Amino acid sequence: MSRKQEADIVIVGAGPVGLFAVFACGQLGMRCHVVDAFSEIGGQCIALYPEKPIYDIPGFPSVRGRELIARLREQAEPYHARFSLDSLAVGLRRDAQRLFVRTSKDEEILARAVIIVAGPGAFGPNRPPLAGIEALEGTSVHYWVRDPQTLRGKRIVIAGGGDSAVDWAIVLSDIAASVTLVHRRSKFRAPPASVNALMQLSGNKKVTLRVPYQVSALEAHERALKAVIIEDLDGERIRLEADVLLPFFGLSSDLSALSEFGLNLEAGAIRCDPLSMSTSVPGIFAAGDVASYPGKEKLLVTGFSEAAIAARSAFAFAYPEKPYHFQHSTDRGRPSASQVRQNV
Amino acid sequence: MSTNDIHIVVDDNGQVHRLTCRSGISVMEAIRNAGLPLEAACGGSLACATCHIILSEADYARVGAPSEDEEDMLDQAFGVTRTSRLGCQILLDPSLDGLGLRLPARS
Ligand SMILES: Cc1cc2nc3c(=O)[nH]c(=O)nc-3n(C[C@H](O)[C@H](O)[C@H](O)COP(=O)(O)OP(=O)(O)OC[C@H]3O[C@@H](n4cnc5c(N)ncnc54)[C@H](O)[C@@H]3O)c2cc1C
Repeated sequence: MSRKQEADIVIVGAGPVGLFAVFACGQLGMRCHVVDAFSEIGGQCIALYPEKPIYDIPGFPSVRGRELIARLREQAEPYHARFSLDSLAVGLRRDAQRLFVRTSKDEEILARAVIIVAGPGAFGPNRPPLAGIEALEGTSVHYWVRDPQTLRGKRIVIAGGGDSAVDWAIVLSDIAASVTLVHRRSKFRAPPASVNALMQLSGNKKVTLRVPYQVSALEAHERALKAVIIEDLDGERIRLEADVLLPFFGLSSDLSALSEFGLNLEAGAIRCDPLSMSTSVPGIFAAGDVASYPGKEKLLVTGFSEAAIAARSAFAFAYPEKPYHFQHSTDRGRPSASQVRQNV
Repeated sequence: MSTNDIHIVVDDNGQVHRLTCRSGISVMEAIRNAGLPLEAACGGSLACATCHIILSEADYARVGAPSEDEEDMLDQAFGVTRTSRLGCQILLDPSLDGLGLRLPARS
């Protein structure tokens, strides 16, 4: 049995444009339910560049990714949107008046319209292109470690060269039967203290470093990993017997979860009409990086404008009987929860 | 075709494409403009490794080694070789006319 939720608008994607869409919908009196596959709101600004200054947001000569998201969250706050994080939007069905968006957490949200602000797609682990890896995920292959104790006594291969790879090699060296760290070069991208700790563990033979190597194949038997094959830059191979592989290659984005929505997906984007931000599916609108039309520029400012247009169009679709009364935010006054459902 | 146009040769897993492109764009943009499959998720801001390309040895020598930041991002690519680069970090100019590269195998 899926859990049911209800809102005026479902917003797929809690990136910067999704957050502004919550505000834009709130201004029109509509309450939103936001779904994001990632564990945090903020989209690319948080997942990819929280500390980078952005210089082309009107009114902000310089603002870091993290700060922009904090501001957008604050701006949307009065409209009390609900958020389902760690939740991938995977399905859509409809009846005469409503759309139902289903998530990977078996939640179903019914709404009058949907705004897709999915950027380049749902954030998830960057999966190495190895034959058979998907069948081992959750048993022998893990992209994050929830409880290190579950790895006690295992022969572990960690692949990657950043913070996660280094930190987990250190932590697990105490718990696992063996830890082998495989990386394509000798430099690790981690704070000097962590790299020093790693080098010490390598000296004490508590962690085996395999550099420069990359994982090239897996051997498995009935959903259990048997060995990881690694390869150096000259194609020289080594077979490492292992129970567990932990690949740490950062995040990747994947739009395929939306394939069931019946949208016109091409080249990693949704075709829409820039005058209304409507897609080929009635009641579904798009904004931000995922929305494409001739001459599209993937910028935050463009996305914010598209979110305002999508909100207006979603309003017209959701409440065809209501007149669309234009008001500036200055006339509406300070945003507050009481504005929600005032118009509708 | 203007005198500024240059040519690059892209081998997409056995399918060879000869592209004519304007000087001043990146290799990533040239490949995307031609409609070839290259994700380039971050749009060229050196925040992902999805425009990983592999140059011929001679052309790698022409283009030069990646910056330290680019090396860091290449850590998130797969099947990295001695002549791997990120396409977004190579700007095309007439000195790179005839550049040859291949796209990595896809899963
Ligand atoms: C390093 C870097 C620097 C940049 N600098 C600038 C700059 O200076 N100026 C500028 O204007 N732009 C810049 N950009 C681009 C800007 O960040 C993007 O245009 C912006 O993030 C787009 O916002 P969005 O909300 O449309 O999508 P995103 O930020 O990509 O967010 C999309 C969200 O949707 C979620 N999602 C996708 N599919 C699903 C699904 N099926 N179910 C649930 N959730 C889903 C994803 O997990 C993600 O959180 C930069 C980008 C990068 C990477």
